Amino acid sequence: MAAVYMSANRSENAFSTVDLVPEWAQEEVSTGTTIMAVEFDGGVVIGADSRTTTGAYIANRVTDKLTPIHDRIFCCRSGSAADTQAVADIVTYQLGFHSIELDEPPLVQTAANLFKQTCYRYREELMAGIIVAGWDKRRGGQVYTVPMGGMIVRQPVSVGGSGSSYIYGFMDSNYKPGMTKEECLHFCTQALALAMERDGSSGGVARLAAITEEGLERRVVLGNQLPKFSNA
Amino acid sequence: MSSIGTGYDLSASTFSPDGRVFQVEYAMKAVENSSTAIGIRCKDGVVFGVEKLILSKLYEQGSNKRIFNVDRHVGMAVAGLLADARSLSEVAREEASNFRSNYGHNIPLKYLSERVAMYVHAYTLYSAVRPFGCSFILGSYDQDDGPQLYMVDPSGISFGYWGCAIGKAKQAAKTEIEKLQMKDMTCRELVKEVAKIIYIVHDEVKDKAFELELSWVGEVTNGKHELVPKDIRVEAEKYAKSLNLKGIIRKYCTNQVCKALRDLPRKNHFLKALCVYGSNSGFLCATRLLAF
Repeated sequence: MAAVYMSANRSENAFSTVDLVPEWAQEEVSTGTTIMAVEFDGGVVIGADSRTTTGAYIANRVTDKLTPIHDRIFCCRSGSAADTQAVADIVTYQLGFHSIELDEPPLVQTAANLFKQTCYRYREELMAGIIVAGWDKRRGGQVYTVPMGGMIVRQPVSVGGSGSSYIYGFMDSNYKPGMTKEECLHFCTQALALAMERDGSSGGVARLAAITEEGLERRVVLGNQLPKFSNA
Repeated sequence: MSSIGTGYDLSASTFSPDGRVFQVEYAMKAVENSSTAIGIRCKDGVVFGVEKLILSKLYEQGSNKRIFNVDRHVGMAVAGLLADARSLSEVAREEASNFRSNYGHNIPLKYLSERVAMYVHAYTLYSAVRPFGCSFILGSYDQDDGPQLYMVDPSGISFGYWGCAIGKAKQAAKTEIEKLQMKDMTCRELVKEVAKIIYIVHDEVKDKAFELELSWVGEVTNGKHELVPKDIRVEAEKYAKSLNLKGIIRKYCTNQVCKALRDLPRKNHFLKALCVYGSNSGFLCATRLLAF
């Protein structure tokens, strides 16, 4: 019935291409998503799901949404895939240049501010919710969230993306300050699993990374290895 | 004294046959005509001292400042053409402000001094403009980097220092600064020493009255660059005046021999010879002279 109604409208527009191209190809590619980041003493743990959708079609089921901006600074991308990739490329360039001028590794705060500058200036054109997390010598592990609109705030733990709404309760009740790296990784895995279970735009594998002074440690938790919270 | 660069000194875009850019050297001479400014870095801050010559009794006290605030945590003391220095302080302020706006934190002093030095250097490349006729000392205190001190000169180079001096008595001031163990001193101790050095290098014969401008930035001011409070400055000046032997001799000795000795350059060999032949009162003064 809906189809009948639709075609009645479409016949008015002789040059419409809606019949030639399937609906999903008209949707923007979105990293519908669950992303999160947690600070601990000595670094940060970041995590994301791996699903990229165009409408109902999953364009990429093994996406890497954890993007390096510098040696010890990463960003978690949510929102439009194109927008976030473009902004991340811009910030990577600016930060690399700045780091060479300063002749020392950049601060996480600097990276986050660069994201904010771009996201705020182009707020009307962009759809990008980003979490910037990393380690620097001055203030250790830090997490900054730059949601849509271009705000910036530092938080000890932050979640983002469409799947985040389902795990605010879990985050508030299970996060404790002073966790170790392993505890943070476990916390992130559980949170991502819960979100991926409930949010249709999140799924696939859970990608995690721990960033410390020593370096980077990446992990993947495959779909069948994710923690189960129901018996079904 | 110096060679005249006939023909090769008309513009900054010309090298001389022996590889010098005379305009830049002349700019540095302009700095040497100005009164002295010194900056010293200690273990918890930076102190600036400027010998501000008072050319007229009509000047309002405290006007014509030679120490500027470039950012909350950065101060700048200048010597040379004041107008050039003021315009450069605006450049430095903009750099610091843009940095904070773009990157979200205080500008590191090394980066700021390099940026301003690059700007100064740009004016030494073209014939359409003249080089800046001023040197300046930048100082800052940051929680992460600690105290920092950098100096920029008209040629556009910048170096980091523990202590530096610019202006007419810079050699004498540098000698005094080298005697200090600044790495172990705190700002409060250093303020007195800076005042003392300015009083020592001040030439009472050529320049009469002067005002001492003191400023500091460090843990004692919580990282904010500001002029030293009046009571501390007065105390420092008292300390400085009490140690100024040259001043005492000038003021109290009327003996003819001492008057002659006073006007000789400090390290003159005749000094020791004349002392032996002075009269009683002259001998007393001579002992004081020998003391420094």
